[in-house]
Amino acid sequence: MTGVSDSLVIATREVIRGLREKSRLFGSIARPVVWLFLLGTGLRGSFGGVAGVDYIHYIFPGILVMNILFASIMAGTSIIWDREFGFLKEILVAPVSRISIAVGKTLGGSIMSTIQGLIVLVFYPFIGIRLSIAQLTLTLCCMFLISFCITALGILIAVRMRSFEGFGVMNNFVVMPMFFLSGAMYPINHVPVWIKILTRVNPVYYCVDLVRPVMLGLTPDNSIWANLGFLGVFATIVLGIAVFLFRLEGS
Amino acid sequence: MSKNIIEVCGLVKKFESIIAVNKAGFNVEEGEIFGFLGPNGAGKSTTIKLLCTILKQNEGSVHINGYNTLSQPHRVRESVGIIFQDPSLDNNLTVVENLYFHAKLYHVPGRLIKERIEEALELVDMSERGNSLVRTLSGGMKRRVEIARGMLHAPRLLFLDEPTIGLDPQTRKQVWEYIGELRTKKGMTMFLTTHYMEEAEICSRIAIMDQGRIIALDTPGNLKRMVGGDVVTIKTGNPSGIKSQLDVNPGLQCEIIDNETIRIILSDSGKSIPTLFEKFGDEIREIDVKKTTLEDVFIKLTGRKIREEEGNAHRDRTKNFMKMRKEA
Ligand SMILES: Nc1ncnc2c1ncn2[C@@H]1O[C@H](COP(=O)(O)OP(=O)(O)O)[C@@H](O)[C@H]1O
Ligand SMILES: [Mg+2]
Repeated sequence: MTGVSDSLVIATREVIRGLREKSRLFGSIARPVVWLFLLGTGLRGSFGGVAGVDYIHYIFPGILVMNILFASIMAGTSIIWDREFGFLKEILVAPVSRISIAVGKTLGGSIMSTIQGLIVLVFYPFIGIRLSIAQLTLTLCCMFLISFCITALGILIAVRMRSFEGFGVMNNFVVMPMFFLSGAMYPINHVPVWIKILTRVNPVYYCVDLVRPVMLGLTPDNSIWANLGFLGVFATIVLGIAVFLFRLEGS
Repeated sequence: MSKNIIEVCGLVKKFESIIAVNKAGFNVEEGEIFGFLGPNGAGKSTTIKLLCTILKQNEGSVHINGYNTLSQPHRVRESVGIIFQDPSLDNNLTVVENLYFHAKLYHVPGRLIKERIEEALELVDMSERGNSLVRTLSGGMKRRVEIARGMLHAPRLLFLDEPTIGLDPQTRKQVWEYIGELRTKKGMTMFLTTHYMEEAEICSRIAIMDQGRIIALDTPGNLKRMVGGDVVTIKTGNPSGIKSQLDVNPGLQCEIIDNETIRIILSDSGKSIPTLFEKFGDEIREIDVKKTTLEDVFIKLTGRKIREEEGNAHRDRTKNFMKMRKEA
């Protein structure tokens, strides 16, 4: 039980910090708005409708996931800041299990990136999407799950990093491809096999396939349970490795 | 017999090619103020990090409060508090939030937290600033908050790594007052490092460290006796009379400089001078004391001075980091 409350304490700190950084919180609104209206309207001409829905509707869940993706990676990798400014030592030297630290950090980060997702979600009535209460609730649950998985990934990426030097490389070679190979902006159907394989190991693909059908009433590529299953296993493995690396800390 | 709260044996820590700690061994008894003295890069911080489970050694063993740091790190962490050399507060939280977070992580019972925080802040004279964001505080204030935080969970053993580094002399003095108060009020065992000689004087025992090795370990008094002692020069009308009386004492060197000056070498001038006055008060015209310092001890042991330069390394690193962040 102390493990759970330790995680909550660590998560609370993340949330207090996050809510205090208003500029970061609301600054994140610019990118999705630009993508949605400029890209969405621009490409609508070429795509028309996808899977029987308006293109802007089609990409809206994708852009929601995009915002959560970037927010979650930032939240996870904030552990590099904790290290640089010395606060990580304070956490590591406390009588708290490494699992609680990893889970707490992930939990707090995912609450914050869910909030950043919410800032995008509120636009849905303005582009003409209708959601029932049930759909809205499910969407929120999906958003949190997605946040949790990706924040865990961010922590795994950052746990051995000593500075932000490698961050740009990682962003360009891991995060951006994950986004483009997720089906967020266009369906991934007619692609070479190797891209298809990459897609299938890409957690963001399952995130998009989870949340888009919920919001638009489409049939998912995989069943909802397959998507949930993949993301659950992914988060567990990623956190497991992060905890393992945490335990090696200081060797 | 008192119990050893720290037992260190054959401790070795390597960073790639650097041997930061080289076969260090020592014990610290409960209630002691134990000091690590040595120049920058001697391996003091590394030793502290090994003792408090932040780093893992290559060889040797450490027991804190009876627990092995490698196999029972959780128990060790519960037993100790630490004030790191480099800042370790969350700048974006308030003072009280930082302290509250710490108390929760160390499982201080909820009903005690508020009063402990108040008491700790009072001890370091920071009660007024509880609701300030840490990043708005001066360096000295941050240090005080860190000291308050270290005592919050009432550890039996407190590590202080260069508690006064980078502070101005006045603040340094204050910080030592808080530390002294903490010790008398709470009776904690303290393990501290410093490269300021005069600060090491308050320790009950001192280990002098150089290039990863402990080159001497004793009470400050005994260490200074290794060098000789304090030099007391007396102007008097009767040097030979004084000398003949003093020569009876075996532990005392005495030398006549000229017909009105006598030089005495004493191991502990603080205690002996009153006796000198009792005996020869009427005859002493002038007295001058040059006390042996731990610096003299270090010079004798290594042939070098302990450099009194400030730790700029961290600040430079942070600056580079900020630059990188801007470019990113
Ligand atoms: N994380 C690290 N990686 C590589 N070298 C290190 C690391 N930490 C300390 N050192 C090196 O170990 C030696 C001892 O450092 P340190 O324990 O910080 O000395 P002190 O605290 O006595 O000034 C120095 O040469 C330092 O450069
Ligand atoms: Mg140091």
